[in-house]
Amino acid sequence: MGQTVAEQILSHRAGKTVKAGDFVVVEPDVVMSHDSLTPGIIKILRQELGMEKVRHPERLVFVLDHVAPASTVGTADLQNQVRRFAQEQDVRLFDVGRGICHQVLVEEKIAAPGKIVIGSDSHSTGYGSVGAFGTGMGSTDIALIWATGRTWLRVPETYRVIVEGRFPPGVDAKDLALKLCREITIDGANYMAVEYHGLDWMPLENRQTLASMAVEMGGKAGIVPPFGVAAEHFSTPEWLSIDPGAQYARTLTVDISSLEPQVSKPHAVDHVVDLSDVAGTHVDVVFIGTCTNGRYEDMKAAAGLLAGKRIAKNVRLIVTPASSRELARAAADGTLTALLEAGATLTTPGCGMCMGRHQGTLGEEDVCLSTANRNFKGRMGSPNAQIYLASPAVAAATALTGAITDPRGC
Amino acid sequence: MSTVWKFGADVDTDQIVPGRYAPYMRPDADVGEAAFIEARPEFAKNAQAGDVIVALENFGCGSSREYAVEALRRRKVGAIIALSFARIFYRNALNLGIPLFESPEIVAALQDGDEVTLDIPNQRVRLGEKSYLLPELPVFAREILEAGGIVPYVRMHGRFPEEE
Ligand code: SF4
Repeated sequence: MGQTVAEQILSHRAGKTVKAGDFVVVEPDVVMSHDSLTPGIIKILRQELGMEKVRHPERLVFVLDHVAPASTVGTADLQNQVRRFAQEQDVRLFDVGRGICHQVLVEEKIAAPGKIVIGSDSHSTGYGSVGAFGTGMGSTDIALIWATGRTWLRVPETYRVIVEGRFPPGVDAKDLALKLCREITIDGANYMAVEYHGLDWMPLENRQTLASMAVEMGGKAGIVPPFGVAAEHFSTPEWLSIDPGAQYARTLTVDISSLEPQVSKPHAVDHVVDLSDVAGTHVDVVFIGTCTNGRYEDMKAAAGLLAGKRIAKNVRLIVTPASSRELARAAADGTLTALLEAGATLTTPGCGMCMGRHQGTLGEEDVCLSTANRNFKGRMGSPNAQIYLASPAVAAATALTGAITDPRGC
Repeated sequence: MSTVWKFGADVDTDQIVPGRYAPYMRPDADVGEAAFIEARPEFAKNAQAGDVIVALENFGCGSSREYAVEALRRRKVGAIIALSFARIFYRNALNLGIPLFESPEIVAALQDGDEVTLDIPNQRVRLGEKSYLLPELPVFAREILEAGGIVPYVRMHGRFPEEE
């Protein structure tokens, strides 16, 4: 019988053929944790499991990105604890300023096709952008992997998304990701892997946008099969393929050739409408960043609209590059200058204000349009703040006017 | 008696414990005090050990933050009964030993503020004269809960659930 990509990867690592619904115990290839949770995982390892050493330090990766650099004495002390632990145990650590975990692991090719990457973070689905099985788990599960090298999983059913056509001008992968949340809804892919077909033409950064948002539909993984134009980034194992005989629990076909810019309204990711429904809504803060849309191409799309202009008087435009490498690319070709001259505030590569902890936390009355992946109440600061989600182009057009604006008219 | 705290659909982890209240941000605070601190401040103030959370679809969606479950564990939540759960939350709750059930019948029957008797060993919830059957859990879930969570389970059995 044919296999989905998730079944192929889990079978390969389990050393036997498994199918949706089976339970497997596997050794993950990579175990990522970030500054926000690593201190707690260390505590579980030591206090609950009574262990001092991690089993396979070479499989672990720490990234300090969630509060970067530290904002309080408490976070500074905990980060130092993580640095010490990494040194003691010989674990790779990417320190503050290097970037968001999901971006860094892709850039460093630590996440790679056919690998199982478990992260202490729900957006670990993003590793599916390179054809890995990426999924998020809680701290206790991660501590158990540190201790044993293994974890157990239920092999997910797969939700196949077939994409037809190409984006019209002014519309991009974020609009597609939001459109999928709109169609599939916030739990429509709960417990499933989402497998995206028809995207051989799609560049890596767009695949990252899509895969990171698979979890917003409940997805356990979001996998773009690692073939096509992005192939330069991958070395795909020969056992991995799109199997014509695979069984999919559900299939959705989307034609993107007439897709309109999409906007998600407060306070749930699947409250998605065509931009025209909310055009003109007043906005105070525009945020360009996160593992979903903080890359060079995102900054470039924004700079294309902002170059030579100034943002509206009462708008704060905060740009947080997803990584130091993406920031360097933006600095090298004038993209960054265009953003800064237009009035943008630049912050350290990392998660920035995505979780409302620093670098732009929203107040009571703030209305924010963000390129992030989540707009839950209170996510970015005050529970009374309003968060809209959209593409980088919509973000830039909105920064120019101070109201939600269609980039195609700019 | 246990009080029922009823919620709607898609209660996300930012509502259970906002990221700003994570142990990382407040290392000296009890995360249990932050349970629903903004979404339902009366819960944060008044919830008692053994109280029952009832919710519609997709309870616990969003982040992987286990401290959302840890906060409910510290408040000694007796059980969570919902129409459905988000994947990571379900796993985290089992891992920390919080019983959780999917039951449309009980969700429909119980209203916010109801006083009920929760009897997990006998798989019962009683409301006044009425008694409702808690649904049978999958074997792995029952075993993990009986052990008191995944850490005691692995220590006890020396293996993961369903591992040969
Ligand atoms: S950028 Fe936001 S969504 Fe992405 S890992 Fe950081 S906090 Fe999570």
